[in-house]
Amino acid sequence: MLDRLTNSLDFQTQALVLRSERQRLIASNIANADTPGYQARDMDFAAALREATGAATPAQALSATQAGHLSPAAGARGEAGLKYATPSQTNLDSNSVDMDRERAAFADNAVHYEATLRFINGGVRTLLSAITGQ
Amino acid sequence: MSMLSIFNVSGSAVSAQSQRLNVVASNLANADTVAGPDGQAYKARQVVFRTLPLAEAGEAPTAAGVEVSQITEDPSAGRRVLDPKHPQADADGYVTYSNVNAVEEMVNMISASRSYQNNIEVMNTAKTLLLKTLQMGQS
Repeated sequence: MLDRLTNSLDFQTQALVLRSERQRLIASNIANADTPGYQARDMDFAAALREATGAATPAQALSATQAGHLSPAAGARGEAGLKYATPSQTNLDSNSVDMDRERAAFADNAVHYEATLRFINGGVRTLLSAITGQ
Repeated sequence: MSMLSIFNVSGSAVSAQSQRLNVVASNLANADTVAGPDGQAYKARQVVFRTLPLAEAGEAPTAAGVEVSQITEDPSAGRRVLDPKHPQADADGYVTYSNVNAVEEMVNMISASRSYQNNIEVMNTAKTLLLKTLQMGQS
């Protein structure tokens, strides 16, 4: 019963976790803006969310060659969803962090994180008003 | 809590950048030094950054901090100026100054200060988001 109550929040929860993961990735890129040889990384958010919510199978799904092999549960995700950014301008120390892009992505991700938070808060408020019956 | 490690990431970057600023300050301060305590003219120093993988216990590292792996000295010869009356002049009348390039150091300083600001802002944003996450479900 309670499970069904909070089912509607599951999607936003997955999105929030992914958003915080992406925020950390971008923070790493910004931190390493001056490190020689560092390659900027980012995730394909839409694909990662599809994998996390079980709408798509992970890119590198476990191969089941025997009847007894377990298949990964829905929401299992490979770490290799991370991609390397293509440098827009060449750099002598082969650092591929583009600060403009990273700052834009950071702000964008922060806004999306907050939006997801508000969706969750709205869902919780809806449930609460349903429970209190007013 | 993957967001909490942003403070480790940006914190390591801020500390590395402040070390870089420190080195720049000592280079600029010694731009016109003739001879150090060891009798040699001051050599410009540079920090070398290296990526520091940060992982939570039992997880593959996904966050990347920064650390200063070493501080190198610029081996190039110092600036030589003909000034026979100078007390530190050599037999030919030349005085050897430090090999600090003031323009390079100023550029380095601006770059370090911008990176410092960027990382502080990242931490501020992460803090705002975390505080809002703590209030989830209230109000």
